[in-house]
Amino acid sequence: MGRRVAIVGVGMTKFVRRAQETGQELAYHAAKMALDSCGLHLGQVDGVVLGSAPDSFDGVHMKGEYLSPGAGAWGKPYMRCFVGGATGVFSVINGWYYVASGLFDTCLVVCEEKMSSFQPHAQAAFLTIFDHTTERPLKPNLLWIFALEMNRYMSTYGLRKEDIALVAVKNKNNALDHPCAQIADKVTVEEILKSEVLAWPVQRLDVSPVSDGATAVVLANETVARRVTDKPVWIEGVGWALDTAYWTNRDLCYPRYVEEAARMAYKMAGVTDPRHQIHVAEPYDPFDYKELHHMEGLLLCGKGEAPQLTVDGVTRRDGELPVCPSGGLLGVGNPISAAGLMKVAELFWQLRGEAGKRQIARKAKRGIAQAWGDLMQVGAVVVVGI
Amino acid sequence: MNKEKKIEFPGTGLSDADFKEGRVLTTRWKVDARYTWDAGVAIGRYLEGIKKGVILGVRCYKCGRTMVPPRIFCEWCFRNIDEWVELKDTGTVNTFSLCYVTWDVKRIKEPQIPAVIEIDGASPGMGIMHLLGEVDPQKVHIGMRVKAVWRPAGEREGAITDILYWKPLEK
Repeated sequence: MGRRVAIVGVGMTKFVRRAQETGQELAYHAAKMALDSCGLHLGQVDGVVLGSAPDSFDGVHMKGEYLSPGAGAWGKPYMRCFVGGATGVFSVINGWYYVASGLFDTCLVVCEEKMSSFQPHAQAAFLTIFDHTTERPLKPNLLWIFALEMNRYMSTYGLRKEDIALVAVKNKNNALDHPCAQIADKVTVEEILKSEVLAWPVQRLDVSPVSDGATAVVLANETVARRVTDKPVWIEGVGWALDTAYWTNRDLCYPRYVEEAARMAYKMAGVTDPRHQIHVAEPYDPFDYKELHHMEGLLLCGKGEAPQLTVDGVTRRDGELPVCPSGGLLGVGNPISAAGLMKVAELFWQLRGEAGKRQIARKAKRGIAQAWGDLMQVGAVVVVGI
Repeated sequence: MNKEKKIEFPGTGLSDADFKEGRVLTTRWKVDARYTWDAGVAIGRYLEGIKKGVILGVRCYKCGRTMVPPRIFCEWCFRNIDEWVELKDTGTVNTFSLCYVTWDVKRIKEPQIPAVIEIDGASPGMGIMHLLGEVDPQKVHIGMRVKAVWRPAGEREGAITDILYWKPLEK
């Protein structure tokens, strides 16, 4: 599978509803912080990968080029990748294969999102993801597909909303300890169930916010990694998979593409029993049910079983399998690609024992981050370990 | 790195007031982008069928699937489809939502009811996205049998909206 690749540094900005900084400035802050954290300077970076979501958020076409100075891309091989919400984790996979291939010794991976530019609300920027002829004339909004999927998931397994709401409670509470968090809150299940119904079964507090923010990680081959840190976090496996864009032809109750991506990553990492060999997980949680959906797709539990694990407290920070100890998208915020990469940053801190108040109780040597995107069809998975 | 070391994270959050009251400088822009989308070969024929009040699907003999919306190729077998078939204008609700927010984030009292409807005559699980109507929102359920309500023949324009919505199938 090529050369060993480690994460040696991370950086991120605060996630906020509206940042004073431009996208370039956010990208710069995260990238600079990541480099400083491992004592590298830009001259030691062989290539740069940028992840950012649709150009329509910023209204800047070819946003990758626009962001490049802030991402540290001046005079370097520079690649932008984009698979919708899965971009944050997919960007690490991109960086991984440049270093694993032997072409680069180091790679800076930067993810930036500035969703606040779109007026009045970034949600409308998603309208163009629907099929222009067979779907858009019905005037859909983005909530529809989540609501349709959540309802199918709940109905297939007979799940209760109050159990699913526990994910939002856990993550928003976890985020109270994250210095970058946008909507950390001591929220209760009752408050979630009483929040405005947007598209039943989706209610306001089931949903992550729109955010501005950036995250960056520095990847290095083994030689460089051993030189710059005594605690490299190795990328043990990567996987990604895509299901059909004919999303109404799939059973939305289960994310098969996530399972395929996870199986690819597990095979590479030598993980044969994910339930015991994965010690901490950061699955993608733009909606509370998605964390559960993705835990199942990642084979961390059986189909329809994730809500019960949450009820039993297994996924809390002091539980047997902490899930989204960062606070996730539901608590820290959701600057799309930066949020996915934040999950990888969290695993870096957790595995190194540097997560401060967020540090999970159990000993953890291996973790998994996953993000999901496009038209509910892409799974991107990274398994990291120490 | 010391475990207890406090990290300062960059980034400056603005309040709604900072933005609305002009305490920070902004520049505004409005895009006026216009498009004409070709329906394409497969969806073109699908819409011609809809104009006549018929829902068309396509069949692949290799995997045996009858698919809707139609396509000129089977994306599983990656070969041309073999046959066009007429499907029924009845189906089963695969999943649905009661949506109180419009596409442009306006609140509405009576919910829109988007649904994935599995079309009779297509392979199991083959659905399209459409709307439900003439139904008490609280009575909609997964597995509900529904039938298309068509725009009057003379008023159809060859669009997915020639089906106004789907209503519960009377027994």
